[in-house]
Amino acid sequence: MGKLWNRHQARLLLARWQETYDIYAPVRMPGDGCFSDTDTVRYGLIDSLEEIVWDQKSDYSFKEALLPISETLFYFTDDNASVPEAPKKKRLIFLRSCEMNALRRLDQMYLNNGPEDFYYKRIRQDARFVLMGCDTPFASCFCASMGTNTCEGYHAYVHPDGDRFYLDIPDRELAACADGLAAEDASQPVKSVTKDAVSVKIPDALPENAATLDLWKDYSSRCISCGRCNFVCPTCTCFTMQDLFYRDNDHGRAGERRRVWASCQVDGYTDMAGGICFRKDPGERMRFKVLHKISDYKKRFGYHMCVGCGRCENICPEYISYTECLNRLDAAARSSAEGGEQ
Amino acid sequence: MRNEYIPFASRICRIIRHTDLEYTFQMSYSGEVKPGQFFEVSIPGYGEAPISVSGIGEDTVDLTIRRVGKVTGEIFEHGEGRSLLMRGPYGNGFSLEDYRGRELVIVAGGTGVSPVRGVIDYFGSHPEETASLQVITGFKSPRDILFGEDLKRWEDQMELTLTVDAADEGENVKVGLVTKYIPDLHFSDMTNAAAIVVGPPVMMRFAVAALKELGLADEQIWISQERKMCCGLGKCGHCRMGDTYICLDGPVFNYTKGRNLLD
Repeated sequence: MGKLWNRHQARLLLARWQETYDIYAPVRMPGDGCFSDTDTVRYGLIDSLEEIVWDQKSDYSFKEALLPISETLFYFTDDNASVPEAPKKKRLIFLRSCEMNALRRLDQMYLNNGPEDFYYKRIRQDARFVLMGCDTPFASCFCASMGTNTCEGYHAYVHPDGDRFYLDIPDRELAACADGLAAEDASQPVKSVTKDAVSVKIPDALPENAATLDLWKDYSSRCISCGRCNFVCPTCTCFTMQDLFYRDNDHGRAGERRRVWASCQVDGYTDMAGGICFRKDPGERMRFKVLHKISDYKKRFGYHMCVGCGRCENICPEYISYTECLNRLDAAARSSAEGGEQ
Repeated sequence: MRNEYIPFASRICRIIRHTDLEYTFQMSYSGEVKPGQFFEVSIPGYGEAPISVSGIGEDTVDLTIRRVGKVTGEIFEHGEGRSLLMRGPYGNGFSLEDYRGRELVIVAGGTGVSPVRGVIDYFGSHPEETASLQVITGFKSPRDILFGEDLKRWEDQMELTLTVDAADEGENVKVGLVTKYIPDLHFSDMTNAAAIVVGPPVMMRFAVAALKELGLADEQIWISQERKMCCGLGKCGHCRMGDTYICLDGPVFNYTKGRNLLD
């Protein structure tokens, strides 16, 4: 059971939430797009529900609200390391169903693959999530194929309804903030898409020679190894560590150790001191990424990593279609199962 | 909540200079650690690097470091008495149980000797715990030979073959890749053989093939992999091969698993 909120009352509700939370949602960043005079839609802080971009998929996923692009692990001086304080406010993050499913993948890596990650956990443990309803699939969406068009575990649900917003708030703490505010009782179903924008078939079993199929070679010349596909992906979690000195510091050797997002498509990802590196060819890197998303991760954790959001395909400057790649892989798997040759 | 990223300071107790580029740093450390495990070693401002444990003392661990990068270059500027930052140990390491009572062969190339040095040392000084011990170590040239003192001791303790890829004329040393000497290995009961292979990727591939040629089965062979690692904690992703994280599941793998690892 939810309620219909007009803009004014919804703004009052958000103001109350803001006393406890920093509220993150997909917003338009004018002029920040890749080409001149284009915008980008990515995560930022909001004060009102009208600021949220509803009619478009965000170019970048929700993950930067939990995992900063660059994060200081500790500051150091000659004989001391100090960990930066946790953000003062908790986080309230608006996201879509594919991303709510991606959250489980982030948790898997940061909380359940080896020891718990201190920095991720201290933000994650107090974070709340508001599911945004999806009317229709956006370009390249295939969440229905991945079973991520529905989700569980969200603390509130919202979609726009004309001039008003339909909100259902199962979480007690968030719901308590609505006390005394005027909203009309209503009951609307959670909006979720049931049909994909593109039809995608994930092969149930990959052929033995999946890693050496000819199709990977196509990407050797097409992919420019820019790594955007990784950075927009809600399930990519890789990072690299960096140390830096503060140049303007005259009083000893002060600096910080950071981690920053990394991409398995970009040069240097596997480089070791002494000159050894692996996967020099962009086609091999594509194979490494794609097989992780729809095979290797599942072998380890029992469910697919890819959530079918299609962002990697939307962002690629070379128009490489990830969904087409998956379909070609499926065709190869079928052909192999029938005893044919790829 | 424990913060795994914060290193501790460890004092450099002793430095053993093998070559101009390779030193062993004996670091103060007390705690559980196994041969084949590694530490993330760092100097603030220069970064971290994963370094295998090449020896284990009462209150020390040995780290044999090759001066090839930014971090290791700076480490070489540090003398005895100074400190480095460390976190770990990470990884599974070698389990001595796998080799007890068996006809053990160890093939190691270059700095690949570091992770197995503890295993060689242990079985070298406990000969009653293996049926036999044959070791082949390979280096690029006579000037690249590491662990010279150990090699002298090992010569008396086990059947040791020391070889270099290339040497100048007149140098009194065996020449040839480690694979050249694998056919000379001998076993009284092949089914009780066990082999460890550690070294550069190409060397490991050919050494394993040569051992299989002799009749060893995949489950009788262990390898140790080296990959880029930023965290050692299963998070940063750089060391992943397929469904396997070298830092968590390895770096030591039985070859039944190791043969399926694809970069």
